Amino acid sequence: MNKAETIEKLKSIVKPYVKNAEAFENLSEDTDFIRDLQINSANLVDVALDVEEAFDITIDNASMEKMLNVKAALEIIESKLSEE
Amino acid sequence: MKKRVVITGLGVCAPNGIGIAEFLDAIRSGKSGIRFDEQLADLQFSCQISAKPQITDEIKKQYFTELELRNFDADGILYGVIAGMQAWKDANLPSNPEETDFDSGTIFGSGTSGIGKFRESIYKIDDKNVRRLGSTAVAQTMVSGVSAYLGGKLALGNIVTTNSSACTTGAEAILMAYDRIVSGQAKRMLAGSTSDSGPYIWGGFDAMRVCTFKHNDDPEKGSRPMSATASGFVPGAGAGALLLEDLDSALERGALIYAEVLGGNVNSGGQRGEGSMTAPNPIAVQKCISDALKNAGIEGKDIDAINGHLTATSKDSLEIENWTKALDRKGDDFPYINSLKSTVGHCLSGAGSVESVAAVLQVKHGFVFPNSNCEDLHPEISELVSSEKIPTQLIEKQIDYLAKASFGFGDVNGCVIFSRYLTE
Repeated sequence: MNKAETIEKLKSIVKPYVKNAEAFENLSEDTDFIRDLQINSANLVDVALDVEEAFDITIDNASMEKMLNVKAALEIIESKLSEE
Repeated sequence: MKKRVVITGLGVCAPNGIGIAEFLDAIRSGKSGIRFDEQLADLQFSCQISAKPQITDEIKKQYFTELELRNFDADGILYGVIAGMQAWKDANLPSNPEETDFDSGTIFGSGTSGIGKFRESIYKIDDKNVRRLGSTAVAQTMVSGVSAYLGGKLALGNIVTTNSSACTTGAEAILMAYDRIVSGQAKRMLAGSTSDSGPYIWGGFDAMRVCTFKHNDDPEKGSRPMSATASGFVPGAGAGALLLEDLDSALERGALIYAEVLGGNVNSGGQRGEGSMTAPNPIAVQKCISDALKNAGIEGKDIDAINGHLTATSKDSLEIENWTKALDRKGDDFPYINSLKSTVGHCLSGAGSVESVAAVLQVKHGFVFPNSNCEDLHPEISELVSSEKIPTQLIEKQIDYLAKASFGFGDVNGCVIFSRYLTE
């Protein structure tokens, strides 16, 4: 899966939690989940669980803590996929 | 001078109707919300009939966001939020307010919360998968979940809490909210209560053999309060909500007034005398009713109608006896009395509020709704009270004063006095 495909998949995962539709439309690697998309911080854990399910990976607590923006999420997904 | 408290909004999520219009039609016509329950049958319950609000996905979407409905499994919160938001809207208060309203709060009772979610969580935890519970397991299973959800949706800034006192919960919530307004600490209080539904709530009662098992083939005949052939209650669930408001605030807003909350009383029998965890102490029940009258500034002779607790167990005769003693009235002199449980079963922690909504509608519109399934009045009851006072047909009649009582496990009692709103 290339990066563009991963971003598309991630986009569909975060969609239900997003409060800022405009930032969502312009989602890029630099997008921050809380600041830009205005996702409720409590929902970040749901995003992580949905990512686990969609990519069939397990995200440890330390990685989950870092998963605050698209860039970090992509790195984590990539590294976990390569571990599989 | 003591503040007057009026009701300016109603909402209900009952087994025989969602929303006030549907519910009003249902109670006037005696429409039953009791149905055969396949799930209870599959689980080999003795009682295989139940009364649940019929909530479609369409209705859910009117009150909850798509995100809120993700992994949502908390019936009690669902019913409570629907009823609470209806009452708020019915009172013509702003929907989705921007600013916190420090004059408005809620006391919304419940017996448990999110029992479905709780069950799912337990399975995950035992499977060593606590990390996958998600972010809403707490909000759905905390007993104050219903008041917390409502507080957020309505921007409530006064007290936001949940009370719990078994089947007295709803009546107690109304009186706690009333006190909050009388004492000048709030202008508006959303008072109500709710109950989860399903086998995990009802199982304990089935095990106690207090639910009827004789009517699995004819559900609508199953709930028989005051009948000689009453054989236990029908488990139910639902929520009722009443918007209580300081009279001055209501008049200022030009709000429609359904009725006045004149006062009431809650007490406990202390599980002494004939009282126990599961049985009422009659002395306490009578005192609760007479203290409620005193608190409301009226006498037993003033009461036009009673909405009883009357669950369709062997305790119905005792309840009627308690009313005759507390009001010092019997035979032809006894007020009209009815029990909503004949059509909606026993909604447990939701019962007091669902039934109070029915009581207030009777006061507002001047009628006594018919009792179902008590054509064969229990002889102990007909000895105390003239059968005409237990109507099986709708009676159109002005109701000036109505007493609503609920009694619960733990030997707890609640009695609310509603009156027609009179300007003087």
